[in-house]
Amino acid sequence: MFGPEQGHFALALACVLALVQFAVPLWGASRRDARLVGLAPYLAVSQLIALGYSFLCLIMCAVGDDFSVQNVAANSAVSKPLLYKITGVWGNHEGSVLLWTLILAACGGAVSLFGRNLPDILRGRVLAILGGVSAGFQMFCLLTSDPFERVFPAPMDGQGMNPLLQDPGLAFHPPILYTGYVGFAVPFAFAVAALIEGRVDAAWGRWVRPWAVAAWCFLTCGIALGSWWSYYVLGWGGYWFWDPVENASLIPWLTGTALVHSAIVVEKREGLKIWTVLLAIATFSFSLSGTFLVRSGILNSVHAFANDPARGVFILALLAIVIGGSLALFAWRAPSLTSTGLFSPISREGSLVLNNILLCSICAVVVTGTMYPPFMQLLAGRTISVGKPFFDAATIPLTLPLLLAMGVGTALPWKRAQLARTFSHLYAAAGIAAIGVVLCFWRLSGIMPIACGALAIWVIAASASDVLRRIGIGHTSPRGVWERMKNLPRSSWGAALAHIGAGITVLGLCGMSQAQHAIVEIHIGETRSLGGDAWTLLDVHDYIGPNYKAMQADLAIRHNGKLVTILHPEKRDFTTQSQTTTEVAIHTNFITDLYGVIGDRHGTGKDTTYVLRLHRNPLAPWMWLGGLVMAIGGAFSLSDRRMRIGAPKRAAARNMARA
Amino acid sequence: MTRKTRRLWIVIACLACVGSAAALTLRAFSSNIVFFMAPSQVKASPPSPDRPIRLGGMVMAGSLHRINENGTPVNAFQVTDGQAAVEVHYTGILPDLFREGQSVVALGTVQKDGGFTASEVLAKHDETYMPKEVADELKRTGKWDPRFGKAPDASSWDTMTAKKAGG
Amino acid sequence: MNATRRGILTAVPIIGAGVLGVGFWRMLSDMRSGAFDPRAIKNPNVGKPIPSFAMPGLPGLGDGFTDAELKAQHRPVLVNFFASWCIPCVAEMPGLRAISRNMPIWGIAYEDKPENAAGFVQRDGSPYARVASDRHGRVAIDWGVTGVPESFLVAPGGRIIWHGSAALDPQIYEAEIRPRLAGL
Repeated sequence: MFGPEQGHFALALACVLALVQFAVPLWGASRRDARLVGLAPYLAVSQLIALGYSFLCLIMCAVGDDFSVQNVAANSAVSKPLLYKITGVWGNHEGSVLLWTLILAACGGAVSLFGRNLPDILRGRVLAILGGVSAGFQMFCLLTSDPFERVFPAPMDGQGMNPLLQDPGLAFHPPILYTGYVGFAVPFAFAVAALIEGRVDAAWGRWVRPWAVAAWCFLTCGIALGSWWSYYVLGWGGYWFWDPVENASLIPWLTGTALVHSAIVVEKREGLKIWTVLLAIATFSFSLSGTFLVRSGILNSVHAFANDPARGVFILALLAIVIGGSLALFAWRAPSLTSTGLFSPISREGSLVLNNILLCSICAVVVTGTMYPPFMQLLAGRTISVGKPFFDAATIPLTLPLLLAMGVGTALPWKRAQLARTFSHLYAAAGIAAIGVVLCFWRLSGIMPIACGALAIWVIAASASDVLRRIGIGHTSPRGVWERMKNLPRSSWGAALAHIGAGITVLGLCGMSQAQHAIVEIHIGETRSLGGDAWTLLDVHDYIGPNYKAMQADLAIRHNGKLVTILHPEKRDFTTQSQTTTEVAIHTNFITDLYGVIGDRHGTGKDTTYVLRLHRNPLAPWMWLGGLVMAIGGAFSLSDRRMRIGAPKRAAARNMARA
Repeated sequence: MTRKTRRLWIVIACLACVGSAAALTLRAFSSNIVFFMAPSQVKASPPSPDRPIRLGGMVMAGSLHRINENGTPVNAFQVTDGQAAVEVHYTGILPDLFREGQSVVALGTVQKDGGFTASEVLAKHDETYMPKEVADELKRTGKWDPRFGKAPDASSWDTMTAKKAGG
Repeated sequence: MNATRRGILTAVPIIGAGVLGVGFWRMLSDMRSGAFDPRAIKNPNVGKPIPSFAMPGLPGLGDGFTDAELKAQHRPVLVNFFASWCIPCVAEMPGLRAISRNMPIWGIAYEDKPENAAGFVQRDGSPYARVASDRHGRVAIDWGVTGVPESFLVAPGGRIIWHGSAALDPQIYEAEIRPRLAGL
């Protein structure tokens, strides 16, 4: 019922359905045949069902320990806990490609279900584009990375999973991150459909924005979760390494953030149309090519999947069709799109334009830094690497004006603003920011952390004061405040929350710039001090775990003689995989993380010493907390009535008549 | 506000931002690009102590020893490319694949005394890297069956046949 | 904004993507042929004369050789560092035997017991015209070898003109070595 052959067949069926989903609605739309176009949602849902069945089959193979399936034999084992048997399905290349296409199909299904208010022709075209992309990736899955391949003879037990990957954080990281990446396929499909149709208007902006916001929320969560994972699992004390894999997720996040903002201008003012269409195409293109570059081995990464240049050629061809095709269409059709909205540079639109320019400049810097080494090697034969110092030096100065503008932007009215009036709203926030400057000078060192910290406080204060002013705090009765709170659009709440979240993240980053660490080699009973705390190695003992041997330390931390906590960092030796992992011990009070890692044991008897790494990381949890607040803000604005209902009926009717 | 002036404003803003991004990139490139250097190149023209480089070469056999600097364990070893050797000091835990007689890449800076202080040490072949020929041979000799999972990692290759005799 | 200017501006993204795409395609095709390796370390000795050395031979395989003998050759020679304990070296032997039909290959056994190395070389037929033993790896250090197997193409007169750090096979020979031989 749920065997690998059934799964393989379902995958092939889904691929055929996706091809039909691509061809029929497009053909129907060009012939203005409503029945053919109307097939698109049914095809999308049936493709989703087929693919879901296929994925379920793979999960059942893993849960049922069917080691005749190579993917299961290579990545699972009888002794593995059930949770990791399931999540291990997407912990490898083949399974992750299948998950990727499943999410793409789910996006198609979501457009079919939630997009009932769209004009039929537009919805048909959007689903057709999604079907086309989906078909390409399913072919990739079937032809070069088949997850259902059988082995003969079947081994008795599987190889097990990389112990580093047996972690709840990592188990749910890929689905969330992929939903973020793949979610941008919907704005992409909307953009391509609009180019085919040759028309972008306010209604289009209103339809496309919720999808972009939803994908953005998932991508934000995915990046934050990934960063948190590398912080507590890799045990290097770092949270962001400017590694190609991380950059591959940051680049679409930057353009996606720009897209979420520029779509507002399309929706409200019918401006920036060509630009928004380009951003929608670029964001998805960056999502796709980031994955491609890492999987093909062109970019070196610490979190590597198996590299295979042959596979890379297939994906490159796929990318050439998807990205090249959409950009060619853009070059051909975009010049006919015209903007109507006029606005002054000092206005909400003006600030959103500035936000877009700055985000795209940062994005350009990150792309340049990521692509420079392979191109330098290809063209000049010089081997170089571009690392954290480059990215820090080149991107941080660009985020300063971005933060400054974030505070001002939401306070500006549309079309034209009077500076004096706007600033009168921001006095309170500027005052808090001034206190923030003093606070930052007191607690932080280094010019960039101080500037960023002060601006982050400014962003939080300005966003909060903007909401407070709008609900009438201070000049309306409590009853009036309540009324206004209820009437204030959820998207305004969401925007303020997202901006506050960004401020919290930046504060966390500033705090982490002041992190202290020490690598020490000490005997049991010895004490070392770090950042005002005394760290004492009380004891080290060995124990045997389910499938590993471990060495565990008891590390006491005292502040002014008072015991703060006892950390238990571990080093685990997985004998079957001949791999060691370090289990970091972290104590947090949400202001400062105390972070301990145990390394090697040297010597014997009385002379035994242990290598320990001790970290004191101020404000570390704020980085991920801020990411979460940002995503909640996005989700909040998704719940806005206007977003859900979509365009006013009048516009929809007009589109229907035109179509 | 006419269409023309608005466009002028946007163009000015774009130029300002893209220009400063380009300037920052170039400036950061000129001071933060990390070049690979071989020990002989380091000896011939030592880079300034504030400039990080990647030192690539082979760990000289028998050169690895540990020193203790005020309770901090430091690994010291020589990296050579044949013409010259550079003493490398690294505080921290060496990667699993680090072995004498094999190549490493060390990221760090050259000190005034000619020594090299590494902040990061990488062994050349990481565990995911396996040339196709090796994979084929492992299959042929029955050491590894690709149907049953990942290849054994590089550090165990030479223990899988006759024990390395020299060194 | 007039239509031509718009047309040019909207064509910029596809041109940029096209340039990047061609670059990636070059990288991928070079990666498959082994010419482009993002993880490679450059050997600094390419283009320089070979270092001086004198090495003994392996038991039953004749005398070793010295840099002077290598320099005195009138044909280009492929110098190959190998060891019996190295699995990639086992893997490259059939390839080396194929290449040895086209040009002489001189082998240097790196950090290996002479009897093990001799047995290894003779097991399925030696591809080497001459073999020497670098018992303690000193010569390999002079050549800048970062691990075995590695191969160097030495022109008559003793200049290193090419270096490869992967196991050799006829494809690499055709793509990398033969064009360089033609240039000599």
